[in-house]
Amino acid sequence: MDLVLIQLLNAFQYGLLIFLVASGLTLLLGVMNIINLAHGSFYMMGAYLLFVINKYTGNIYLSAIAALIASGIVGLMLERSLFRRFYGAEHLQQVVLTYGIILIFESLRSRLVDDEVHVIKIPQEFDFSVQLGSIMSYPFYRLIVSVICLVVAAGLFLLINKTNIGAKIRAGAISREMTELLGIDIKRLYSWIFGLGVILAAYAGMVNAPISTIFPGMGFNILIVSFVAVIVGGIGSIWGVLASSQLIAIIDTFAKIWIPEAGGMAIFLVMAIVLIIRPTGLTGHRE
Amino acid sequence: MKKPGIFLSGLVVLLIFPYFQLNFYNDLILRILIMAGFAMSLDVLLGYTGLISLGHASWFAIGAYVLGISGTLYGYTNNLWITLGIAILVSSLVALPVALCVLRTRGLFFIMSTLAFAQIIYYIFHDIAMLGGGSDGFPLAARPIPSIGSWVPFNLDDEYTFYYFIVALVAAQVGIIAIILRSPFGRLLIGIRENKERMTSLGYPVTQYQTLAFCSAAALASVSGYAYAMLMYGVNPEFGSWRMSADALIFVIIGGMGKFWGGLVGTFIFISLEEFALQITDSWHLALGILIVGLVLFLPGGVLSVFNRFTRTSSKLYRHE
Repeated sequence: MDLVLIQLLNAFQYGLLIFLVASGLTLLLGVMNIINLAHGSFYMMGAYLLFVINKYTGNIYLSAIAALIASGIVGLMLERSLFRRFYGAEHLQQVVLTYGIILIFESLRSRLVDDEVHVIKIPQEFDFSVQLGSIMSYPFYRLIVSVICLVVAAGLFLLINKTNIGAKIRAGAISREMTELLGIDIKRLYSWIFGLGVILAAYAGMVNAPISTIFPGMGFNILIVSFVAVIVGGIGSIWGVLASSQLIAIIDTFAKIWIPEAGGMAIFLVMAIVLIIRPTGLTGHRE
Repeated sequence: MKKPGIFLSGLVVLLIFPYFQLNFYNDLILRILIMAGFAMSLDVLLGYTGLISLGHASWFAIGAYVLGISGTLYGYTNNLWITLGIAILVSSLVALPVALCVLRTRGLFFIMSTLAFAQIIYYIFHDIAMLGGGSDGFPLAARPIPSIGSWVPFNLDDEYTFYYFIVALVAAQVGIIAIILRSPFGRLLIGIRENKERMTSLGYPVTQYQTLAFCSAAALASVSGYAYAMLMYGVNPEFGSWRMSADALIFVIIGGMGKFWGGLVGTFIFISLEEFALQITDSWHLALGILIVGLVLFLPGGVLSVFNRFTRTSSKLYRHE
């Protein structure tokens, strides 16, 4: 029973992590109509920036803030120089563009850092376990990560559903022309959304780095899982993505325990079933 | 196709090439030919049906693994004709349920779901020990034996025979693609690409044709994977990796999609450039990334479109539409 509880907590935290990456993807898909294969690279960038800056400064909090700012700047620069030209462009061009960006990111990582697996230590203040139930204990850092991710998720909800900017974002998702006609600077809005997506992904990479280590293929793994979350959830709402991220995390965690060799395929099976029943995802609008 | 001169001289060069004793380049040419066949099979989907699949490497990997599993891992049979037939059959049979799922989506969701399904097949070959799983794959015990009954017409372990066999195999593959694209079915696919709604309202079962195209392209790609396993004397889960799918996509785009020889031209340019670049620099992927971004920014029609730019005026004069 305790074991199940611990796995549920793990799954919950993993689901929140997927959500941070997948929510950026859906924003890009839903609002700007662009597919971003390089979104996983932003996740990787966050973790590696944290690792490198931390190596030089030694202060993990300072490094985290610096890495977040740097990620945001890189994201905005990429948006201004490249992505902006491809909103609503042919899907194939977007695929090719973002594949090229993945290659650039991967080789820059390989040249500037290396191809090894690295560990970022959990900050000392959080490096202890809390007692859960009678015999089991649970690492405190994972709880903290869950809480922080929850706060970010809540912030995202409020931003999109309750604020003026959120209203503009939702308007932009429905009709670009109409939003522009209302005098809203849509280019600027898109820049901010893109930057937000990059920062969310980089942030996810950073907070998860002490839990899972950082390694070259990390960006692609999370990208695929996030794609599955977006397909299952649909691009109807942020709620849908949150729900599907949690669903996928739970299924993935438990399937891997029951069938270690093939458990990783369970989420794809769920995706196939969803595609058969509801091709636009669980919360997507039917056409 | 419209320029038989170029086509024939290319074929002649291919046929006399081994007599120059350039062994390294023979392998390079075979790799280009096999990958060109793979890219052209993708173009059936990409350029002619208008379906952007980011999981085409799955079928390539299945073709390779059928040979490896049957010939080496379990030793069922190493007969060329039988294993090649099984490879084609298995990949099209696996492609069918995948097609039924992914064709329910459209646009960006189609791309994402093909990529996700390809990951399943990648994980199968990467993780499941029963199917030769393991991140390094496994080597082939021997190349398949082309025996018909007790008669063995040729020996694939001989490098010259192997060279001509691959040339013939890819030629057959390209010929089949040409037949498919010129048939009424191929015309229907182009119709679907151009205007799906119109084809639907004309009463064509569009999704069924797309499914058929998806499975045919998978079957064609499995031949390439099969040939590649023979060339490499082994199989590897990376055959089914997303990088393989994306590379094939880049081959087609470099050459220009929806142009019959586009896949071949693109593959030739890409792989020879890669070979050349790897000799002088170790940052090939960085250069490639920048090249790809540049390509999509400045040459979205592919490399062949440069030539079109020069010949456009003249071809317009002769075109009667």
